[in-house]
Amino acid sequence: MDHSETTISAHGIESRVWRKGSGPKLAYLAGFAGLPKWIPMLDALAAHCEVNAISLPGFPGGGRGHLQLDSLFEFALATHDLVAAAGCRGATLMGASVGGALAMEVAAIWPDSVGKLVLQSPFGLYDDANPPTDPWAQRGDKVDALMCETEGAYNALIAAHGNADAVEWPIETVRAREASARYLWPNSATHVEKRLGRIVCPTLVLWGEKDKVQPPAYAGALRDGISGSVTVETIAGAGHMAELDRPDAVANAVARFLKG
Amino acid sequence: MKLMWFHLMPYTELPDDFRDNHPSVWVDIHSSLFDPQRAHHMYNDFMDELEFAADCGFDAICVNEHHSNGYGLMPSPNLIASSLARRTKDTKLCVMGNSIALYNPPTRVAEEFAMLDCISGGRLIAGFPVGSPMDTCFALGQNPSMLRQRYMEAHDLIIKAWTEKDTFAFNGRFNQQRYVNIWPRPVQRPHPPVWVPGGGSVETWQWCAEMEYVYCYLSYYGYKAGMQTMMGFWHEMKRIGKDMNPYRAGFLQFVGVAETEKEAYDLYREPAEYFYGRCLHVDPRFAMPPGYTTEATQRAGIESQVGRAAKEQRTNIAVSKSAREYDAILDNGYVITGTPDQVAERLRAIAKEMNVGHLMLLLQFGNMSKQLTQYNTKLFAEKVMPQLRDLFDDEWEDHWWPTPMADADRAKVSAPRMMAAE
Repeated sequence: MDHSETTISAHGIESRVWRKGSGPKLAYLAGFAGLPKWIPMLDALAAHCEVNAISLPGFPGGGRGHLQLDSLFEFALATHDLVAAAGCRGATLMGASVGGALAMEVAAIWPDSVGKLVLQSPFGLYDDANPPTDPWAQRGDKVDALMCETEGAYNALIAAHGNADAVEWPIETVRAREASARYLWPNSATHVEKRLGRIVCPTLVLWGEKDKVQPPAYAGALRDGISGSVTVETIAGAGHMAELDRPDAVANAVARFLKG
Repeated sequence: MKLMWFHLMPYTELPDDFRDNHPSVWVDIHSSLFDPQRAHHMYNDFMDELEFAADCGFDAICVNEHHSNGYGLMPSPNLIASSLARRTKDTKLCVMGNSIALYNPPTRVAEEFAMLDCISGGRLIAGFPVGSPMDTCFALGQNPSMLRQRYMEAHDLIIKAWTEKDTFAFNGRFNQQRYVNIWPRPVQRPHPPVWVPGGGSVETWQWCAEMEYVYCYLSYYGYKAGMQTMMGFWHEMKRIGKDMNPYRAGFLQFVGVAETEKEAYDLYREPAEYFYGRCLHVDPRFAMPPGYTTEATQRAGIESQVGRAAKEQRTNIAVSKSAREYDAILDNGYVITGTPDQVAERLRAIAKEMNVGHLMLLLQFGNMSKQLTQYNTKLFAEKVMPQLRDLFDDEWEDHWWPTPMADADRAKVSAPRMMAAE
C-alpha cells in the first residue's frame, strides 16, 4: 500500500505530511536533505506504527517558510506547531540528523507534547575535542561518502526522479541544505546541552557506528543529560544516514522501543 | 573617464609548491605561511604603491575587504584608507568596500565611513559589497541563508544613520538600536556615493538602478569574460528605462605596460602566473554555501546553461576561467599587456564596448615587486592615461563621483611623507 499525502498548515506555514501504517502515531522529522522522495525505512517503520513524515520549513514539501524563521527557537516553535497540526501531539517524535536537532528542542521546550522521543544521530551538540564535520563546506562529489556507508545511497535520495522538473529539483535540493543551515550555521551547535534535563520522556538514541558527521560518542552526552530513561543503540556498519544504510535495523530498533 | 588604481594587497611570498601542497588560499590557508615581519614590509610597500599612484594622477585609489585570504591582506580596508586620507590630497578614496552584513551593528560602517569622509574632506566612495561566500559565510561565520536579508537591512540602517538629523530608534529584523545618532557625520551630502560590486545577478542590477548606485563588476577574469555580464547590465538598464550613462558602471582589469611588447610580455609573466596559479587556488568546498545564491539566480543559471553553451559554441566566445599558464592568461584577456599605445587602444575599445566609465586597474598583481609596480603605474599614468581621459566626458556627467570640500576650506595636512613620484 502506498503512503497518503496531505497538506497541513500551522500559523501560516504549510507542510506536506506523508502517512503510512496504523497503530501508535509516530511523527518523523527527516534528516539532511529532508525527504525529496519516500524511503524504504519508512515502509519498515509503518509495519509497526502510523508514520507521519512531516516536512519541515524549507525542506522538500515544506515550501519556503524557513525564510520567515530567524532563530532556532522559531524553527522549534514551527516544528512544535506542525507536529500538533499533524495530529501527533503527545505521540512519539522521531528526528534524524538535522531533524533530530529540532526534535530535541521540541521535547525540551514543550516536554508535555512528546510521549516518546527517538533521536537518530541528531545535530546540536559540539565537543571542541571531537567536533562534528561541517556538512555545508563539502565538494558535491564528496557528500555521498560523508553521509552514508553504502555507496550511492545519498546520491540516490537526492537524484531527480523521472517526472521531476529539471530546473526546480536542484533548487529544491539546495533549499533543503539552506534550511538546515539557517538554524545550525556555522557549527551545528545549538547548545541543547543546557536544556537536555528538561527532556523527561523515554528516549531512544540511535547512532550509526561509522557516522562521519556527528561523532557517535555524542550519544553518551545525551544519555547523561536527558532526565527521562535513555536507551542507546548503535546501528552496526551504518553511517550518519543510517536510515539509508540499514533501514530495517533502524525501523526494528524503533519498533522495539515503541513496544517497551 | 575615470581611471582608478586598485590594490588587493596579495601576500607575495606564497611558496612555489603552494598549489600542490596546500588546499586553499582562502579560509583555511595555514598560518605557517604568514611571516609577520615580511608582512610588515609588504604592507608598507603596498601603501607606498597606493600613495605613488595618487601622486601619478590616478583619479582614485581603491582598497577592499577580505578575510583569511592569502591574496587580500585587508580585513579592514578602512585602516588603510585612513592612512591614505592623510597622505593624499585630491585623489578620491574608494573603499570597495565594507561587507555591511558582517557588522554588528552596521552603524559601525556608517561611523567609520563618516570618519573617512571627514578626514579626507569628502573624498570617499563607499562600497557596499555583500561579500564573497569565503569571506562572509566561512571565514566570519555569517549565516548564508540570512546574509542578503541582513545586507538589505544594514544598508537601510547606514543610509538612515547618515541622513537622519535626529536621534532615531531602529527596530529591524536583525538589528535593534534604541539610539542611533552617529558622530561624526559625512562631509558629502546627503552621503558619500555608494557603489555596489556584484557578481552579475539581475536583482543587483535592478536594485542599483532603483537606488541610483554604481554597479561594479570586479572579476579577475578580464574583459572577455566580463563582456557578457556588462551587456546584461546595460540591457537591463535599457529595459527599465534608465539612461546609458557609462558612469553607472565600474569594471576591473589587470594591466601590464612596458616600453616594448616583448618587455611587457616578459615582465608580467611571473606575477600573472603567481596570481592565477597560487592566489586563485581556492578549495571549491568553500564556494557555494547553501542560501548564498538566490533562487532566482540559481534558476537563471540553470536555465541559461544549455542556451549559453550553444551560443558560445556558435560564436566561439567561450572564455575559460581556469587558465594558469601565461599565454592562456593573456589569450583569455585576464591580463592586458603591451606598449602604452597598445594598452590604450585596447582599453579604449573595451571601455567603449562595455560602456564603462569607471575603469579600475590592477597594476600591481600577484608577487609584483614595488619597483615593477611603480614602473607599471608611472608608465600607465604618463602614456596610457592621456589617451583615455577624454572618453565619455563630452557626453556624460559622472553623478556618482565624490564632491569634496573646496580646496581653500581643507586642512593643511602635516603628515610627513616622501614624494613617492619624485
